[in-house]
Amino acid sequence: MLKNPASDGARAGINDDIGEERRLTMYRLQVEIRESEQRAFDLFLQNLVKGTSHLSLGQEAVAAGFAAAMKPGDLSFCTYRGHAHTLARGVPIEKVLGELMQRDNGLMRGKGGSMHLTSAEHGVLGSYAIIGAHLPIACGAALRAQYKGEGDVTVCFFGDGTTNIGAFHEALNFAAVWKLPVIFVCENNLYMEYTPIGEVTAVDHPAADRAAAYGLERIVVDGNDADIVYRAAAAAYAKARAGNGPSLIECMTYRHSGHSRADPAKYRPEGELEKWKERDPIKLYRERLRQFGVSEEAIAAIEADVRRRVDEATEKCKAAPPPPLELLTADVYADGGFAWRN
Amino acid sequence: MAELTYRDAVARGIAQEMTRDPDVIFFGEDVAKAGGVFKTTVGLYEQFGPKRVRDCPISEQAILGAAMGAAMTGLKPIAEIMFSDFFAVCFDYIANEFSKSRYMSNGQLKCPLVVRTANGAGSRFGAQHSQSVENWAMMIPGLKVVAPSSPRDVIGLLAAAVRDPDPVIFFEHKSLYPMKGEVPEGEIVDRLGSASIVRAGKDATILALALMVPRALEAADKLKAEHGIDCEVVDVRSLVPLDTQTILGSIGRTHRLFTVEENPRLCGWGAEIVSIVADEAFYDLDGPPVRITTPHIPLPAADSLEDIALPTVDRILERVRHSMEG
Repeated sequence: MLKNPASDGARAGINDDIGEERRLTMYRLQVEIRESEQRAFDLFLQNLVKGTSHLSLGQEAVAAGFAAAMKPGDLSFCTYRGHAHTLARGVPIEKVLGELMQRDNGLMRGKGGSMHLTSAEHGVLGSYAIIGAHLPIACGAALRAQYKGEGDVTVCFFGDGTTNIGAFHEALNFAAVWKLPVIFVCENNLYMEYTPIGEVTAVDHPAADRAAAYGLERIVVDGNDADIVYRAAAAAYAKARAGNGPSLIECMTYRHSGHSRADPAKYRPEGELEKWKERDPIKLYRERLRQFGVSEEAIAAIEADVRRRVDEATEKCKAAPPPPLELLTADVYADGGFAWRN
Repeated sequence: MAELTYRDAVARGIAQEMTRDPDVIFFGEDVAKAGGVFKTTVGLYEQFGPKRVRDCPISEQAILGAAMGAAMTGLKPIAEIMFSDFFAVCFDYIANEFSKSRYMSNGQLKCPLVVRTANGAGSRFGAQHSQSVENWAMMIPGLKVVAPSSPRDVIGLLAAAVRDPDPVIFFEHKSLYPMKGEVPEGEIVDRLGSASIVRAGKDATILALALMVPRALEAADKLKAEHGIDCEVVDVRSLVPLDTQTILGSIGRTHRLFTVEENPRLCGWGAEIVSIVADEAFYDLDGPPVRITTPHIPLPAADSLEDIALPTVDRILERVRHSMEG
């Protein structure tokens, strides 16, 4: 896949179709997601993050690879496991952690919570916590782009468990029939909540093996390698922008944590987590950068900068007040209030 | 003034809004080339073309989800769900998604869409194609809910719904489709949240919705002619927003309240209104409020059974007379 960096000279090798700048961006994004998610977990243990939370630890390469292939104006739809994709669009860490902590400085000032991160100005048109719901919604956003000729592409991220709910199949057919500029991305982390996806699915690859049913190409990629994810994403974006319709991409990955805050993931076979951690996307990508001749100092500087920003964001969130009480009834309707009668 | 059917008023209302605003698009099952299974959308495909008037697969979740995504990003979609009973297979969008996204996103997202649907009984279709489910929508914060009873209101309220910045559930009554009514020429735009006094009277207020409006009017005429009871009939028209001023104003004049509801008994819109009246106008009442509803049953197919399930003119008349004459 990669040119041989040793024979080309490492610095020349990095400037392939992906390029050094994009690779450094993807590394920074992965580290930012890792550090932010780890911080969210730590804040749980301090009871500063309330409710529930679904982390993307171990799945960072999917978010980074896709974000690096997007253009400004492209739209993202996420699930409740959506912190990673929200951060990857450039949403400030403080806004994300603030929402997880349900403070007034959060993305939605605490009204949405961890499962509903939304930042319209960054193209993140919501995180959806009813499995499969956002695939049809993404179709509608893509329909608007097609109808108005606006050129943007919509991406919709979801987990392997989503492939067995009706809305998945309705949306795939809908998008294919109307050739909508939308990309469906299945992050197959092997478990639908607590149950191995293979135990409850008729095919080996829950998304890709269904692609043929909608006239789509079968695409399975290594979701732990940001370069591979980026190339698959770039091809799908190019296809959609050219008016050639939707793509369905299954990214093989693994979550290092449980399904949610409540889940210690005792159901994993012994050794499985350790095996996947050997292919930790950040470890893998750090090694890739080294092979390309990026200096240890440059890598360390990225990591230190991210940690500093996560620390700063954490302190700002701890100091932030809860949302003001008048938000309780705000924005039910477009007039800003909740009046249902005169 | 021209006479138009309620059915043709639907197409005219949609055409009026699509002509006005190129961001209005319309889609559903069999709505384009076939003109709708109730022939409510005949001619729109020919007039506005395949980009704006689209046939969908039998995928109600995809239809409402796509309407939501299009609305969030700048279009003003009108989506049709063929029978309101089918809300049950796409209820996530109605109950969890487009009704809540503005609130959950702290006002970042908007969903200015209209869901049109054929509601109500009278066609002998049985329990899964005949229900009155306006209370399913009424109970969800974030939605607006209207149900016109005349051709003119179909056009005016549909226009108001399309122009409204919030998601609107628009209940057409399938037994009213053949009904004719006077409709003025030119653009008609009504207002959501206004009830209409369709018959003035001094002895009692009868609140009705959709198909129950003409039945209440007929009962009121007979009550006056045969029993000297002079009823005011209020067409509620809009369940959310609810025009409580008009309703409470009428009760303040008549001092008696009857609701005529097609829905099964429990949690019908009339129950909510009776509770408001009990709270706010108890001492205006000269007698107990009375709800006249379909019994709490699934609807039967047989005409002999369906006919007696819904409130009939005779049942309305008898309940009002009995209660008024005590």
